[in-house]
Amino acid sequence: MSTLTALARAQALVAGRAQPVATVRHLHVHSRPLVLIPLAMAGEANAPLAAMAGTDRSAPRLLVVAQPRNRSDRFAFAAELAEILVPYVDSFTSETEAVAVDRGRDVRHRFTDAPQLWVPNTGGVDFLRLFGRSTRFRSTEGEYAVPPSVPLLGRWLTFFAHAAEVAGSSLLLNAVQALGLHWASGQSSAEDAQLAALLGWISPPPGRTGAEAARAAEDPELCPPAGPATDPAFDNHVLAPLLSTADPDVAALTEVLRAQLLPTWELMWRTLDLLRELPPGARVAGRWDSDRDTYSGFVQHLAEGGPPQPRRDGAVAAAARLHRLENAATRYAVQRAFDDPLVMAEYRLTGAAFVGDVTLAKADRIDDSGKRPVLRPRIMVVTTETVRVEPGATLTSPQRPGQKALVISVTAVDEKTEVLLELSGGMGRKLVAEPGSVPEVGERLLLTTLSEAYRPGGAFPEPDQTPWTHGGPPVAFEPPEAGSEQADQQ
Amino acid sequence: MTAGLDRLRGAIPPKRHNARTIAALTGNPGCTRRAVLDAAGVDKPQLAQRIGFPGSFGQSRFALARGNGFEAMLKADDCALLREVLAGCLGLDAAGAYDDLGEDADDTLTARHGRTRELLAASAGAALIDHPLLTLDVAGQRVFLEPDLIAFQAGGRLHVVEIKSFAIVDGQADSAKVSAAAVQAAVYVLALRRLLAELGHDPALVSHDVVLVCTENFSLQPVAVVLDVRKQLSTLKRQLTRLASVSSLAAALPESVSFDVALAPADLITALGHVEARYAPECLSTCELAVYCRHEAAGRTAALGRPVRDALGGVDTVAEALALAAGAATPTEEQAEAAALLQAAARLRAEIL
Repeated sequence: MSTLTALARAQALVAGRAQPVATVRHLHVHSRPLVLIPLAMAGEANAPLAAMAGTDRSAPRLLVVAQPRNRSDRFAFAAELAEILVPYVDSFTSETEAVAVDRGRDVRHRFTDAPQLWVPNTGGVDFLRLFGRSTRFRSTEGEYAVPPSVPLLGRWLTFFAHAAEVAGSSLLLNAVQALGLHWASGQSSAEDAQLAALLGWISPPPGRTGAEAARAAEDPELCPPAGPATDPAFDNHVLAPLLSTADPDVAALTEVLRAQLLPTWELMWRTLDLLRELPPGARVAGRWDSDRDTYSGFVQHLAEGGPPQPRRDGAVAAAARLHRLENAATRYAVQRAFDDPLVMAEYRLTGAAFVGDVTLAKADRIDDSGKRPVLRPRIMVVTTETVRVEPGATLTSPQRPGQKALVISVTAVDEKTEVLLELSGGMGRKLVAEPGSVPEVGERLLLTTLSEAYRPGGAFPEPDQTPWTHGGPPVAFEPPEAGSEQADQQ
Repeated sequence: MTAGLDRLRGAIPPKRHNARTIAALTGNPGCTRRAVLDAAGVDKPQLAQRIGFPGSFGQSRFALARGNGFEAMLKADDCALLREVLAGCLGLDAAGAYDDLGEDADDTLTARHGRTRELLAASAGAALIDHPLLTLDVAGQRVFLEPDLIAFQAGGRLHVVEIKSFAIVDGQADSAKVSAAAVQAAVYVLALRRLLAELGHDPALVSHDVVLVCTENFSLQPVAVVLDVRKQLSTLKRQLTRLASVSSLAAALPESVSFDVALAPADLITALGHVEARYAPECLSTCELAVYCRHEAAGRTAALGRPVRDALGGVDTVAEALALAAGAATPTEEQAEAAALLQAAARLRAEIL
């Protein structure tokens, strides 16, 4: 944890209210998101118990599994969930837009919008990932046939769970993490994991401090847990008697589960309201474009009859995926800092970024030591902040992202630091800089080692060229497993 | 159990330890309060209830039922299914004998422990020993432990088998559950090694490789994996040695200190004040007294979590950290660097917000 966020937590504790750790919103909030709150049966391997889902705050759909240990009930639940989720994800395929690729030499199409799922916490994401795993290989024929929508649901859930691993993706979001990205509460992050407690700090009810609201929210009778795990007392005293008969009273079961889920349903929409109040960061739309690309690609994959995601990635696919995840994480960290001065402040604190005043500027300096003369203006920036950069490093400024500043020298003078920089790029093609492209004397400038420069994708062999050191070429997609897992527990 | 520790608990019998509570001791080794209360066998849930800070440590009946059902299924028909799984994993002779040490005739458990000793003294007899009863000395207190099973490998090495009903999906399981199971199994390995040493055998006969039997994917089919618990064993040994010194710590407490739950809540709270706690948010999921300790630690940086405390330069209280950040307090020599960082952070936050 950075000192800045830790200080925000300390301030929140004293103020009795969560403190902002972001000035803009760093994620895309959809105008028509699908909120999904899954509940799992305690002890079972990811067996669904109930779910509340929908795109309309006033009309949540409640799905209940009368006998969670019964496989046909479980797959009936999957089919019902598919009836909600599949039409939702399909509803964004009506309009496409053309995107220029390969420097305008080609064009490709992507959908103008994409779906967005919201779950309460990381447990919810894990539940969807495992539920996707347990449904996507199901066979639609034979002894244990399931409706075709079940494996399709599994593939979509797996798609969303994979997307959630990509830093900065807004396809599947969880409320706890989304709120924690923008506010620091006055409690520990372990306690923040409870959505009701975290919201208690962010918007306490009138007349209460955040701490009081959070404590009240910890009582499972007042605030049922946001799932997927249920409250053990609820299991033992309410659920167990209802499930103890061979033919449970579905109406009664539905009522108690509705009561468990409705409070969290409200909290989810309050989370969305709170996030919508924040102005979006400048680069959020760009990341949503990537999400739309990913979505369009997957729709196409499904349309072409592509196989379900494998149980485990092959060596090449895993390496490529890791590379993509790392690139996305780096890109996201830089973009967040460039979008948000409060995030950039973390880098200023460690000396990876600093704000200073331009004291000298030679905008028309020409470097003619090479084959042809080039425009290389130099500026002097004086700062009182910590500077941890070495001569030879390249800095950029969010004000002029296309321009590079090469550090020529760093000199400490009294309490200040003088940094001499040589600029290149972003000044037009002539030997005279475009007006305004070179910082002028007196301008206040932020410079950082963070860079938005393009990161090339990794070079990996084709899967059928996987070297023997990595297990050799992977085996092709195998049809849905037969036997043990099909039988499942009854 | 020393007289000093007995006195702390009052007139009621000590709360029994089990592998789970011993495993929990390794969670927050720096906490004196927990060490003293656990060593004295104080009923912490009841104590917490009495002083008005009850914790919620319920377990769902569904989870228990599934765990029991899975174990019964494995052990049915003379452990047929279990043998099959272990044969694939340990190379266990599937035709080996099965000894069920069975139920107890009375509450003392000593008879069953005696039978366990006899069986292990005779060495390579049974291939599978069910319901064995081991003992371990925890802070001078003899604790009875019940591993799920002890299995002999063909090579004559003893393996502890731990049966858990959580799922291993595509070779991966919930890491928190696996590590909890590993610590618990390490408790049994340690107890078994001590017993063999007592019997004059080589304690190294007990393998540090324990077998974890779980359900596979989304079915009830069992799958066995081998876990190396050497790391957990060394942590555990260190922790138990430390706990042994707790009795001297308890003896040093004033006569008036008692955690007898029959006492008035105010007296109990005063008594708790004599033994220092080291609260961390992680305690909330492992220690029954954590809600009280959290209340007591209000305003301290540690209550916000270890990373926050570290990022605030290890300053003890939130008020102090904020005073340093505002430049209102003069930092000590070792606080100077942290104070400078805090001031810079406060300046940045004020500038931007």
